[in-house]
Amino acid sequence: MATATFKIWRGDASGGEYRDYTAEFDQGMVVLDVLHHIQAEQAGDLAIRWNCKAGKCGSCSAEINGKPRLMCMTRMSTLPVDEPITIQPMQTFPIIRDLVTDVSSNFKMKRSIKKFKPRPPDTEDGAWLMDQQDVERVQEFRKCIECFLCQDVCHVLREHHMHDEFIGPRHLVYAAALEMHPLDTEDRVADLKKLHGAGYCNITKCCTKVCPEHITITDNAIIPLKERIADEFYDPVTKLFRIFQPKKK
Amino acid sequence: MPDAEVRVSLPQRHFGETARTDLWWLQPLVVFLGLSGFIVYSTWAAFQGAHYTYQGYLSPFYSPEIFGNSRHSWFGPWPLWWPGWLPYSPAFLILWAPGGFRLTCYYYRGAYYKSFWAAPLSCTVGKPFKKYRGEAKLPLILQNVHRYFLYLALLFLVFLSIDVYHAMWFETPEGVVQFGIGVGTIVLLINVILLGGYTFGCHSLRHLIGGKKDCVSKSFGGGKPYDCVSCLNRKHMLFAWMSLFWVGFTDFYVRMCSMGVFTDWRII
Repeated sequence: MATATFKIWRGDASGGEYRDYTAEFDQGMVVLDVLHHIQAEQAGDLAIRWNCKAGKCGSCSAEINGKPRLMCMTRMSTLPVDEPITIQPMQTFPIIRDLVTDVSSNFKMKRSIKKFKPRPPDTEDGAWLMDQQDVERVQEFRKCIECFLCQDVCHVLREHHMHDEFIGPRHLVYAAALEMHPLDTEDRVADLKKLHGAGYCNITKCCTKVCPEHITITDNAIIPLKERIADEFYDPVTKLFRIFQPKKK
Repeated sequence: MPDAEVRVSLPQRHFGETARTDLWWLQPLVVFLGLSGFIVYSTWAAFQGAHYTYQGYLSPFYSPEIFGNSRHSWFGPWPLWWPGWLPYSPAFLILWAPGGFRLTCYYYRGAYYKSFWAAPLSCTVGKPFKKYRGEAKLPLILQNVHRYFLYLALLFLVFLSIDVYHAMWFETPEGVVQFGIGVGTIVLLINVILLGGYTFGCHSLRHLIGGKKDCVSKSFGGGKPYDCVSCLNRKHMLFAWMSLFWVGFTDFYVRMCSMGVFTDWRII
């Protein structure tokens, strides 16, 4: 057994402070395990949101030594224990209590994106036919577990709090999954530019770095959407060609 | 988002404020030094206007040589109508195009926004300014011109490939031109390969060659070209740095040979 000191943020929306806790941990333990020990033995009122402990529910998002991570997927062996380990709630969202934040703004953002609108079925029995390559492209985006770590790390939301002008990486991934879907007929490009602020992303790729599902958010979702916006709004030559192209049915 | 307005009230962090304990400042510092070093060297090399050719070699900073005194020049010596008060160098007519391609490149944008503008300096590190316009408004909305620079960059690959061919012909002291391969030929060839890896992995090219379609499989070449560009795109950062270093080194090599500092060894 080894020992580590944790500086855990304790408080609520009105304010708070870091409190030190010392706990023992064993080989193979993750940060959430140790926090549960602290909760059981030292701080019974410590608020933590968690569920699956398998990196699939996206509930235990927090910042460990300043990096947005899932607490259930961060092994103690990957952290330096010669100095206190800082655990704080996600900084982009309003705090409810201790490590629990109010992420409901994300669900409002998501509702503002136009829903999936498939083309009519390809066969009489109501089936659609899709090429594997086209399916695979959008399949990556469906791995998202909505942990909102990408929203947390995005400086447009984190530092500038532009939640009402920019939907953030999670929702750009969601929009990309719909917009690039081989069956979808809806056009979201104008919304992405005007309502959802895709232009505010300056491609620092922080969202890609923190994604626990390893979705290549910036290169595969955001930049292709920016290119579609460029097609429609900033490229006169492409715009000219589009006049002669058939529109989505 | 009129139908789902989102209001979040949170405090603003100070510049450099972070709970990170790792060396978060190292990467932006290395990028800053790397890009600054290249900008300083390329600007200096462009202003020289001399020692940019040796035998069949032509420095990529000067290719194509539109006006100039070397055997590579398309239209002969520098034109008389050029204002005398303006410094002249064949590189001035060239460098804006590859420079613009890199300046508007998605990879470099993310890199220099961090390293030069601290927007942000690193992930979860406090920023020095409160207002933010991103690429949604002027001036950075002009980054959308990237695809036009891509078209030029593709054209430059053709010029640089022709330069590799020219670099295979050497003039003997008797004035006879004969085939050969020198170390410089290899240097120029590697330059084209690395620039090709960088240019063909461009995000805009990936979009134009098939990414813009919802059914990539129905795009040009049945989606195979899209897959190839995507493959290179995954290594875009690597090719961006290797090609940047090598294009500078190629100019340096040709310059050193021209000045007589390096001896260009012949392989064939």
